[in-house]
Amino acid sequence: MAQVSFDGVTKRFGDTTAVDDLTLSIPDGELLVLLGSSGCGKTTALRLVAGLEEISDGTVSIGDRVVNDVDPKDRDVAMVFQSYALYPHLTVGKNIEFPLRQRGVDKEERVTKVKRAAETLGLGDLLGRKPAQLSGGQRQRVALARAIVREPLVFLMDEPLSNLDAALRVQTRADIVELQSRLKTTTLYVTHDQVEAMTMGHRIAVMSAGRLQQVAAPEDLYAHPTNVFVAHFLGSPGMNLVEGMLVENGSPGASGGGSRGTLCVAFAGASVPLPAEVADPVRGSGPDVVLGLRPEALRLSPDGVIAANVIIVELLGAETHVICHTESGARIIVRQSAGATKPALGEAVRIAVDADPEAYHLFDATTGERLVGP
Amino acid sequence: MTAATGAAAAPKAPARSHGLRSRMRKEAALAYVLLLPALVLFGVFSFYPFLRNFKLMLYETPPVPGLPSHYVGLHQIIPTITSTQFTQSLVTTIVFVILVVPISLLLGLALAVAAHRKLKGMAVYRVIFSSTVVSSVAVASVVFGTLLNPVVGLLPWLGINPTPPALENTTWALPSVALITIWQFLGLSFIIMSAGLQSVPDELLEAARIDGAGSWTRFWRMTVPLLSPTIFFAVVVSTIYAFQAFGAVDILIGNQNAVRLHTNVLIYNILNTLQIESNPGAAAIMATVLFLIILGLTLLQLRFLERRVSYAR
Repeated sequence: MAQVSFDGVTKRFGDTTAVDDLTLSIPDGELLVLLGSSGCGKTTALRLVAGLEEISDGTVSIGDRVVNDVDPKDRDVAMVFQSYALYPHLTVGKNIEFPLRQRGVDKEERVTKVKRAAETLGLGDLLGRKPAQLSGGQRQRVALARAIVREPLVFLMDEPLSNLDAALRVQTRADIVELQSRLKTTTLYVTHDQVEAMTMGHRIAVMSAGRLQQVAAPEDLYAHPTNVFVAHFLGSPGMNLVEGMLVENGSPGASGGGSRGTLCVAFAGASVPLPAEVADPVRGSGPDVVLGLRPEALRLSPDGVIAANVIIVELLGAETHVICHTESGARIIVRQSAGATKPALGEAVRIAVDADPEAYHLFDATTGERLVGP
Repeated sequence: MTAATGAAAAPKAPARSHGLRSRMRKEAALAYVLLLPALVLFGVFSFYPFLRNFKLMLYETPPVPGLPSHYVGLHQIIPTITSTQFTQSLVTTIVFVILVVPISLLLGLALAVAAHRKLKGMAVYRVIFSSTVVSSVAVASVVFGTLLNPVVGLLPWLGINPTPPALENTTWALPSVALITIWQFLGLSFIIMSAGLQSVPDELLEAARIDGAGSWTRFWRMTVPLLSPTIFFAVVVSTIYAFQAFGAVDILIGNQNAVRLHTNVLIYNILNTLQIESNPGAAAIMATVLFLIILGLTLLQLRFLERRVSYAR
């Protein structure tokens, strides 16, 4: 086991920069999720650790060793591919055994280790089958077994669940977490699925356009997103982001709730007063800001501070998403519990915000960076 | 309710099915009209000669010109296929196939592997490697004939000067003709192998690389097994082609050459039996044997390809 470090790592393909100056350290035994939409550079970052791509700049280290020029086979990493990349002409047993054979492990030990890995993943009865005879979930487990069998320093997983159906994905997600916590092997897990990231990662590193946006524990990331990208990317639905101006109550343009002197975010049809904890540190910045409000921090209420019209009501069973447009044209989603009264389509409503200071996220309108520190 | 609907619909049904039938008949008629040109061509140049061949097998032509052929049933089959002329020709063809197929396929595979690497300018090499497919056997034979020429050719320039010259030499005549055929097959073999390599997923080779396999192991333990259906296909197709090779022999060796018995491949032998010896019966029997060999190879390939479908990942 070992820690993995990226130190100012850049990877360019011709004119395209896939990974841009990435500095990130994954301590020994951690499961770190690299999260981002497709093309954000997360898979490239993983492949840099595996040694499947050459590093343009910076260094990647595994343990104390810089591995930039080390061949993939000598890095002691194991990778699970999105397509599983099982060897179709070999049986399950031979697939799992392959990395051991390549490392010259003697036969007796190979048999024991293959058996143990297969049993860990419930593949004991399938060792004689070819990959084509397996279901998607079984193939996925063979790929995992092949990764764990030689007890590598690092696991690299590239969207290993994306080819599974929804129910199996939830099950396998838990299995991988359990396996990783038992083996305590440093793991880099790439996904575009924020639910996977939130449920699996000890920490999540969010990437966009080749750059690391934020790395933090899931709950931190959710509660204190560092910029509008992270704010919107995490959460389902993502955070509502409304452009507005920071104004002090009583000044021209300000209206609505809050007493005189209260700092508000104003936009057409609304003036949202900020709690003192949020307002004090940002007094003097702006005036153009983006106000971020999680859907669960909002409710429909006659004394709400934001005037809006209901566009769509989405019933999800346990909860309801009410999608509204404000007068300024911003789209705001309100999450209601199942018991709440559902508004009619087109109804004019008012949206109230929780009093909890944690409900308010302020970002600079130009840079998109967070204004209020955690 | 159901009964009522049924009763209401019943009178309409015959009319509709009548209309449908007449439309189908019209479509069928159109289909046959469109098929006709192809049917005529195949009929005249393939089906009729093919069936006629079986009839010819049953008639013996006397060795004296001018006498009519007469029906002998199956009696000339055994003497023909056990004749020295035929067995020698068959052995020559098999040697020719053994010379041509493995070498052209191995070279094709080697070139395909070399061209598979993502290097700048590789497209040019791909075009060059596959270009022999579009060269005609006549042109290739003339060019190679010149290269093998004992006076102006490449061999004397290289200091290799067999006596008699390569194309008149009992040892070197067949390998020389095989060389031209190898060169001609190389393009096809390269294209087939390249296509096969494209279908081997990069991820598999990457997985093998991480699992500790060096490039040699990756090639032998991953690429070759995954390529085996392609290799098998290429072997069968080139074997079928090689069994039918004819052009290079005809152009470079011909009928007058002293070595002609050493390059007397089946097709050439059939042609000679038919035209020079005027013995259509024997020629038909040899053609049938060749047909059976090729049929066997084709069936083998079809069976394997069927298995390959279920081999999908």
